[in-house]
Amino acid sequence: MSDTPPPNTISRRDLLKAAGAAGAAALAPAALGAAVPTGNPAVPRALPTLATRAPVGPLMNLTAAETEILSAMIDRLIPTDDMGPGALDAGALRFIDRALSEAEADSVDAYRAGIAALDRYARYSRGTPFAELSARDQDSVLIDVQTGSATGAGAGFVGNSAAFFNLVKDHTWQGTFGDPQYGGNVDFVGWDLIRYPGVRLRVTDEEQRMLEAEDLEPARRSAYDFGQFQAGQSGGGAR
Amino acid sequence: MPTQLRGADVVVVGLGAAGGVAVLPLAQAGLDVVGLEAGTWLDRRDFAPDEIRNNVRDWPMLVKKTEQERPTSRATAAQTANQIGSHPMMNAVGGTTLHYWAQSWRLNPWDFRVVSETARRYGRTRIPAGSTVEDWPFGYEELERYYDLVEHEVGVSGQAGNVRGRIDARGNRFEGPRQREYPMPALRWTGFHEKMADAARGLGWNPFPGPAAINTAEYGGRGGCGYHGYCNKGGCPLDAKNATHLTTIPKALATGNLRVVTRAHVTTIQVDGDGRATGVNYLVGNTEYFQPARVVLLAGYTYENSRLLLLSKSDAYPNGLSNNHGQVGRHYFSHHQGAGVTALFPFDLKAWYGLPAQGVAVDEWADDNFDHSGLGFIGGGNLWAMSDRRPIGAANSGTFGRVRAWGSEWKRYIHENADRSHSFYIQKTTLPYEDNFLDLDPRVTDALGFPVIRITGEYKENERLAAAFCQDKAEEWYRAAGAIEITRGGVGGAMGASTHAYGGTRMGDDPDTNVVDRWGFSHEAPNLGVLGASVMGTSGARNPTLTSQALAWRTAAHLAESWSTIAG
Repeated sequence: MSDTPPPNTISRRDLLKAAGAAGAAALAPAALGAAVPTGNPAVPRALPTLATRAPVGPLMNLTAAETEILSAMIDRLIPTDDMGPGALDAGALRFIDRALSEAEADSVDAYRAGIAALDRYARYSRGTPFAELSARDQDSVLIDVQTGSATGAGAGFVGNSAAFFNLVKDHTWQGTFGDPQYGGNVDFVGWDLIRYPGVRLRVTDEEQRMLEAEDLEPARRSAYDFGQFQAGQSGGGAR
Repeated sequence: MPTQLRGADVVVVGLGAAGGVAVLPLAQAGLDVVGLEAGTWLDRRDFAPDEIRNNVRDWPMLVKKTEQERPTSRATAAQTANQIGSHPMMNAVGGTTLHYWAQSWRLNPWDFRVVSETARRYGRTRIPAGSTVEDWPFGYEELERYYDLVEHEVGVSGQAGNVRGRIDARGNRFEGPRQREYPMPALRWTGFHEKMADAARGLGWNPFPGPAAINTAEYGGRGGCGYHGYCNKGGCPLDAKNATHLTTIPKALATGNLRVVTRAHVTTIQVDGDGRATGVNYLVGNTEYFQPARVVLLAGYTYENSRLLLLSKSDAYPNGLSNNHGQVGRHYFSHHQGAGVTALFPFDLKAWYGLPAQGVAVDEWADDNFDHSGLGFIGGGNLWAMSDRRPIGAANSGTFGRVRAWGSEWKRYIHENADRSHSFYIQKTTLPYEDNFLDLDPRVTDALGFPVIRITGEYKENERLAAAFCQDKAEEWYRAAGAIEITRGGVGGAMGASTHAYGGTRMGDDPDTNVVDRWGFSHEAPNLGVLGASVMGTSGARNPTLTSQALAWRTAAHLAESWSTIAG
């Protein structure tokens, strides 16, 4: 782990992966289209380039080494692949870091312990730090973690490893498919993946018919772009 | 010593679904009413269509009273109860009507007469062993005018099925007769709802749209529903959901006879030496007040109603207020809404813009609408094909074993199927039993050191058999509409905490088995009334809010009409 890059730089592995994915997309537009139901209004958009990929500055709650391991895990949960951007592109890492400073502050210790256990289990069971495993081996480690079998004194998780898996998965999904207000779902990549047509306050009968006719353009906005809503805690209003 | 406040005619503890309605007939009758609410006013600015805020983080409220009073739960008395993760309710003026689903059903006539109707049709032995169910002290006909008042005062949209005995096939032909149509037409149907309705008709069933306390036209000075998709646990940014903070409470305030106190955390109800209620103690921050009143109406949620009574011990009521017959907390049940069925369709449902109150209902398999002669249970369930889809939830929907729920294969799956699954939650007849009850937890306390409520409850054979029967019907309906995968949830288990929680202060004529009388007033402390589903003795197969609001109106109207008798 001594050669771990600081988290605000892009690793060689990221570079290779992004280049490979972009290359795959460039070579296979037909294959990409084939994965999409015909008439779909929200075709997966162009794969991220290094310039568009959500930047991750130094995290507030995790060390550089912890960040690298967590990034590798998140990247396997919702990978950047020929379907398009993944959780890292959506900014799920930044979402999690912000959540750990606010609403999910109680989970910081669970992250620290879980990340350490994940890496310990990878080294023990596969002989290699988690972040350096192949994607396939990372997946097999994560299946062990998900099913709760990555346990054992000194070898992995002390408690049930599934709890850590579910914690990270829940937050990764929130950071990929939640409102961009919280730092994730950058460029609406999560909403495009599931073909969510976006936040609207009023959907007319005509717009519903357009949606059913595959003829409604996605509304690309955060709830807070409407300007009428206050974020944060409720209940301060006087009357 | 608490600060002694100027006395009021009536103090209402809790301004939610029930208390928020009751204040209107009281204030209109000229009574001096104080409404104590633990939460604050919220408005449209607080109602962002934001799934993380509303559904993931349970609304980050400044007032966290309910959060600090999360009940503990266990299936049976032999177990230790554990505190639940989040409370199903919230604190605000308007209470949970701010963010509820707003389905506003009347109970069917059978629900008021479960014991006598079962005995008449099948024999008394068909009442499940161990159940403490009783007929209500009155029938549907008695509550009809209050249902009607609330539907028109609050504003309910829907399609009538029985107006003064004339059956309208567009509505529910099993409903009791109503004196007039709903004040607004039902919420719209999408192409998927039409498909489900067609499939139901193909099975010989009678599909109809459900009723909702949601505007579908200009009503009460506010516009219609926007179908934005964030109604489930979300307030309405268009003020189209008819929560009591927009309807009955402002109208009561306009009379000049209602004072609303927010951030008022009620700790005890006080009584005199004769056992009559004298008022309530409450905290605002660290300051304690005593609000004297000639009549106290307790209108918290079901859990808090039993809890406040049990916490209010006195010489006259050593085991808790109005509990000298040992009935507070008894006859508790959580509505059986689990045992769901989930389907995958080979086409998009286009369900993103909708709400849980929008959908297709089938009542053929509810209540006693079908012959139970060869069946091992009484009652049944209302089938409800609604809309409820948001991005995080959709991305977390099950994969029916087709792919692992993460990774590249999952991405391909969810891209295609995020809008293709649908779930029935099926509301079923749920009965009270001897060994399902509420009491004070012996270990867990709130931030003030008072015990939280403890739920002891499990679904029994009648509920499990009804659940399995309803799952069969639901699967039949889904298959008829073209579903390609079906999964079912478990049919029984612990009741747990619920947004449909009944009993604990049941209404009935017999003081040995009921806490309040047929008007909602205590059999023991005659100037103490109780509002909410805690007085209901049966659940029916549909949401309780409208019934609890009709009952609240009826109790308040009775109080105004019988003021000198009750106030003493």
